[in-house]
Amino acid sequence: MTVIDARGMYYRELNQRLREGIRQGEHHFRLVNVEGQRYIADGIVAQGVRVDIYGVPGQDLAAFMDGPTVVVYNNAQDGVGNTMNGGKVVVHGLAGDVVGYGMRGGRLYVRDNVGYRVGIHLKGYQDQQPILVVGGKAGNFFGEYMAGGYLILLGATTDDARPVVGDYCATGMHGGVIYIRGEVDPHYLGREVRCFDLEESDIKFLTPILQDFLTELDLDLAVFDFERYTKIIPVSTRPYGQLYAY
Amino acid sequence: MEQRRHPFTQPPRRERDLGACGLCGFLNRDGRRVSGEVIVRGIANMHDRGNGLGGGFAAYGIYPDYRDFYALHIMYDRPDLTKETEEYLRRNLEIAQSEEIKLFDHPRVSDHPYFKRYFVQPPDTDRGRSPDDYIVQTVMHINVHCGGAFVVSSGKNMGAFKGVGYAEDLAEFFCLDEYEGYLWTAHNRFPTNTPGWWGGAHPFTLLDWSIVHNGEISSYGINKRYLEMFGYHCTLLTDTEVVAYLLDLLVRRHGLSFEQACLVLAPPFWKDIDRLGSPQREEYTHLRMIYGSAALNGPFAFLFGFTGGLIGLNDRVKLRPLVVGENGSTFYLASEEAAIRALCPEVKIVWAPVAGEPVIVRLEEDSSKKNHDRH
Repeated sequence: MTVIDARGMYYRELNQRLREGIRQGEHHFRLVNVEGQRYIADGIVAQGVRVDIYGVPGQDLAAFMDGPTVVVYNNAQDGVGNTMNGGKVVVHGLAGDVVGYGMRGGRLYVRDNVGYRVGIHLKGYQDQQPILVVGGKAGNFFGEYMAGGYLILLGATTDDARPVVGDYCATGMHGGVIYIRGEVDPHYLGREVRCFDLEESDIKFLTPILQDFLTELDLDLAVFDFERYTKIIPVSTRPYGQLYAY
Repeated sequence: MEQRRHPFTQPPRRERDLGACGLCGFLNRDGRRVSGEVIVRGIANMHDRGNGLGGGFAAYGIYPDYRDFYALHIMYDRPDLTKETEEYLRRNLEIAQSEEIKLFDHPRVSDHPYFKRYFVQPPDTDRGRSPDDYIVQTVMHINVHCGGAFVVSSGKNMGAFKGVGYAEDLAEFFCLDEYEGYLWTAHNRFPTNTPGWWGGAHPFTLLDWSIVHNGEISSYGINKRYLEMFGYHCTLLTDTEVVAYLLDLLVRRHGLSFEQACLVLAPPFWKDIDRLGSPQREEYTHLRMIYGSAALNGPFAFLFGFTGGLIGLNDRVKLRPLVVGENGSTFYLASEEAAIRALCPEVKIVWAPVAGEPVIVRLEEDSSKKNHDRH
């Protein structure tokens, strides 16, 4: 394992050292005293690499990343997993706005609340299906313009009075699936989606994902009460398919 | 940083980084004063949110010896241009003290204006104007009519320090480690729509109101015309100026509470007002109808400092970040959590405010009596 003390280090040097280490065959990094450095692990394409982060990483953590596992033992900021292609990000805390923006593969787990515009433009193709699980609650625009993949919102790690999901949830959604545990105010939903109860196939799909989420975050939560879940899917997969071709 | 050959006609040479302004601030609710070294740690942490074209600070509680006087911070293009302004000040105000603002000859802050500070009182006047109104008119007069002079701040027991450069360099330039305040805000600027120049840096102030802002006010034109009806002159080519003046109008002159003023600036959407019960629905409707021209459109997060406290507000759909932290009696607000942790590594509680809902933190009652006589 390679330990990098990030105190006072500019983000470029931090990332250069990370990439250099990977080139030399290192598989496990521990970044300590991280103090808001941007772009950590961005664009790294590598299998079997693990990066543990102590301190608060800055904007665009793991953006465009493909393969590594990044574990944050603290809160994270905005733009985690931006356009991420593969790998795994685990946040032992909360995360900010635009988490998982345009994500197109891999998994992203956040233990606590997330901010606004989380999971927007999420997309999926064949076996390339991103999965984003949030243990807490989400702000407005959750899953806006979602085109594919899976958003799973548990509302289980917080007892604040806010609704589990904010306004404009799934607005413009035209692909993928959102699972929300708890009451979803119909006023908050986009017009192009509909809510359903879970079926056997949903439960079969969700169970191992939730188990992995709890294991990774070392949590013991009663989130297998599938009768409390709502499944949100678009009523048309191509609502604008005729827009320029009628 | 390399010396630039064309400091005026060319933007600073650097790689194209995507950025956005950064802001941070904290309030010691118990009124405890700390050196300006502290706030610098927070804003320096967000160095990359600025691009060196503007930085600044507002500090409260820094002039206890002159707490009953309005502290005018004035920047001049050159030291020999003080004459006209000082003549105007002498004719219209009682000046208890006038002095140069101490500057450090900073290698990265070149070609700067000249700064002076004046502790003043309006004369006893029978014209029915409050002392605050008198000072506002004085500030407006200097900014519009006195060539080569610009009032940076004008409140009691507070001051703004700002210019072109990185915030952390400007803090050294202004020797902020020699000031002690209970409330500090800071800004580093990444100008997008308007030029980077000394007067246009944040904070923007009027009396003891100060504002630092990340975002852009796309309703600037409407807000500016509305403010002009009440005698405010927007002279700074910068959208943020209107926020300071709107708050002055709404809170000081029209007597709205800060909560109501924030409802005016970031009004709930009509569809959400329609879902409220009475009497909230009526109150919100009235505010939107009366103050439609004072609503701010566009993305923003701003920190608003005043003698009695600190307010953070986001636009209604949260297009700019804002994070809150608490530790003991100190309240922190910043664009990024990492900045709060740079200010206070042991900060306990961190959360993100809801869009359009202000975070209002006030000085504790006792300390507020000690520190100020307004609000």
